[in-house]
Amino acid sequence: MDVNLIFKIAAIGIVIAVLNNVLIRSGREEMAMMTTLTGIVVVLMMVISLISRLFDTVRTMFQL
Amino acid sequence: MDIMQIVALGIITAILSTILKEYRPEFALKLSIVAGLVIFISLLGRFNQILEVLKGYAVKAKIDILYFSTILKVIGIAYITEFGAQICRDAGEGSIASKIEFAGKVLIMAIAVPIYAALFDIILKIMP
Repeated sequence: MDVNLIFKIAAIGIVIAVLNNVLIRSGREEMAMMTTLTGIVVVLMMVISLISRLFDTVRTMFQL
Repeated sequence: MDIMQIVALGIITAILSTILKEYRPEFALKLSIVAGLVIFISLLGRFNQILEVLKGYAVKAKIDILYFSTILKVIGIAYITEFGAQICRDAGEGSIASKIEFAGKVLIMAIAVPIYAALFDIILKIMP
């Protein structure tokens, strides 16, 4: 089981939220926006590989 | 047992998700997607064993392999459809979820056509 991925995503989310707050407080809204976007892309990459694995296994298992 | 691990995983994910939802709702959504995927992937091995047994009995009972593979396909489509629809519903897109479910129903109907055809053939044969 790749449970680590869940913790990774949660950690990335918390870190990004904190960074976002700090950057907005220091008056850098555009940097905050960029960090949020980067975090979303990184997490999306992890999730997409897992989703494709799920689809492949379902396709082979149910002979779809 | 495995069930303990899965329940613990679900609870931990729910806690993390509620923490994240306040600040970053999009990460909470991805967290729930990953939890679903991990649970499903961890169950694959067991499901394969069950399928092997069922397949063995289907061959023993001389059931046409077409029917068995059709049932498998229907289960697969239903599972994937449900998965996608639940994710959309979690994200607050109920209308997209119901469209995904509609597509799943139509595709299941399309896949089951050979079985309907066989049934109607039998009925027509019985009818004088």
